[in-house]
Amino acid sequence: MLDIRFPIGLMFTIFGVIITVYGLATMGHDAMYVRSLGVNVNLISGICTLTFGLIMLFLSDPVRKMLKKKDV
Amino acid sequence: MDTKFALGGIDYLVMAVYFLFVLGIGWALKKYMKNASAFLEAGRSIPAWVAGLAFISTNLGALEVMGMTGSGLKYGMLTTHFYWIGAIPAMVFLALFMMRFYYGSKARSVPEYLKLRYNEKTRGLNAILFAVMTVLASGISMYALAILLENVLGWNFNISLFASAAIVLAYTYLGGLSSAIYNEVLQFFIIVIGLLPMAILVMSDVGGWNGLQTSLAPIVEGKGFAADAWTSTWKYTATASGNPLGVAWYGIFAGLGFVLSFGYWCTNFLIVQRAMAAESMTAARKVPLIGAIPKMFIPFLIIVPGIAALVLMNDPLKGFALPLNSAGQPIYDYTIIMLLKQYLPAGVLGLGVTALLASFMSGMAGNVSAFNTVWTYDIYQSYIRPVTGNKDADDKHYLKVGKMATIFGVLVSIGAAYIASKFGNIMDFLQTIFSMINAPLFAVIFLGMFWKRSTGNAAFTGLLGGFIIALLHHGLSVPEGATTLVKGGWIAPLITYPVEMAQNFWTAIYAFSTATLLTVILSLLARRTKTDDELNGLVYSMTPRLDDSAVLWYKRPWFLALIVGIIMIVLSILFW
Repeated sequence: MLDIRFPIGLMFTIFGVIITVYGLATMGHDAMYVRSLGVNVNLISGICTLTFGLIMLFLSDPVRKMLKKKDV
Repeated sequence: MDTKFALGGIDYLVMAVYFLFVLGIGWALKKYMKNASAFLEAGRSIPAWVAGLAFISTNLGALEVMGMTGSGLKYGMLTTHFYWIGAIPAMVFLALFMMRFYYGSKARSVPEYLKLRYNEKTRGLNAILFAVMTVLASGISMYALAILLENVLGWNFNISLFASAAIVLAYTYLGGLSSAIYNEVLQFFIIVIGLLPMAILVMSDVGGWNGLQTSLAPIVEGKGFAADAWTSTWKYTATASGNPLGVAWYGIFAGLGFVLSFGYWCTNFLIVQRAMAAESMTAARKVPLIGAIPKMFIPFLIIVPGIAALVLMNDPLKGFALPLNSAGQPIYDYTIIMLLKQYLPAGVLGLGVTALLASFMSGMAGNVSAFNTVWTYDIYQSYIRPVTGNKDADDKHYLKVGKMATIFGVLVSIGAAYIASKFGNIMDFLQTIFSMINAPLFAVIFLGMFWKRSTGNAAFTGLLGGFIIALLHHGLSVPEGATTLVKGGWIAPLITYPVEMAQNFWTAIYAFSTATLLTVILSLLARRTKTDDELNGLVYSMTPRLDDSAVLWYKRPWFLALIVGIIMIVLSILFW
């Protein structure tokens, strides 16, 4: 059956990319980040989400199979 | 206080990606749905960790998340009793002692276990009550979702209701229980990732745990409690009046820690179904234990921010307030909404809102997927069209029935949502009533599993008697200050409890005791109806011990249970 780690990994990778890019694009927009105590929470949260997504993706069966094939 | 969020395009993009994945998972699982077992039982093929996360995720619906954050504000750290003493012992017991009978008996549902262990009428009673209860619960959560979307995002009530119902229907119709479980796991991770930034920001704003304690002291003393009453769990439970929950330690132990939590975690098919879908006996026994580990840490994500909200509310500089209801009282359930609004800018806000949406939807999907199983196996197959013997034709037929039941369940839920929108009180009342079936059910299943003398007729009477006593107690008692009959006292308000929680505890305790007494006495008076052989696999003393020696020691259920127990004890001491 479908390995759940694959869709989880893919979805959080996409989330991570969206939020990180948005965080980068809004760097210096201090007014926007007043509510989050002056922290660019998008950038930090985006990078964490992206990392989680990529780890899940690399652990998932479809990606592991793909990597194995390349080795041979 | 304005509850509207100003969402940007980026937030809608995040939401859209989520919906795409939810539907995509349903679509990807469609090809595996070849027979009723695959659709309704996930083909008993789910890995332990996936089922374990789904196991707690089913319980972590949006109403639970919103309610628990609000309770954090109202009752402080005592709310964690719902996550520690009120959940963990029951989950460990389910894993170590009960799961092997649910899983090993070949029963496909909790009502079916009752049929195998006792008799048809006991199953029938439980199946019908359960089916009605799950559809109602799903309707109530749909209604709550639509209201929330209206208040927070400004969406139209009807459109929100139908759109969310359509999405839930689409993915449960396509992928059945597997789809519901997969989406619950997805929801679990979104909740953690979506709410964590808020939790961290709130805590750093109030100066961490120490800052929180310092700022809380004058506020809490003003309410007439000890300075650290909101940040301790057991310290002030010597008397009921010393803590904000209004219940003393023995009440918490017996009411929450035993009757309510064992009734919920060990017998509610909605929950147990996740463990029954596991790929093997060992996996099924590990499911509740794997779920228990994240369960113990969820309070830091949803309850502790609620406690911090009490500090924010009392600090005019923070500009934090809860919306008020028509009577001018703060709506505590909106605590988490207002916290998200307070701290998250566009972007992560989209993730936070998606987390709430996800938990609403997976809550509905969970109800629908439990409903269609009980309907198909315990009602349709037993009373309307029994198995014919032609396996292929049967498989196809029951798959179709299961799929139709999914559509039917969603449609009835929509109806229930509209009833709730017109007569909210009636739905609250029904939900209270149906929550009363768990305590007697636990008594009956417990006696069935661990006492070979208990008989079918006694169990049926116990189940019914316990339910009736629960009803009577609810009709005769009221929590102090109740304004509607929904809260109790609809026969005569003879008994008064300081808080609603105490009333619920005692209702459950009476129901459980009645069911136990009736079942024991009637069983002793009657002759056993089942032979030792028939009880093999259904009763503890009649079933050969499981041999775990082939499993690596650190992968054995007993070892996991030990770890879970140690974590719970350490947490309880740290936050004593």
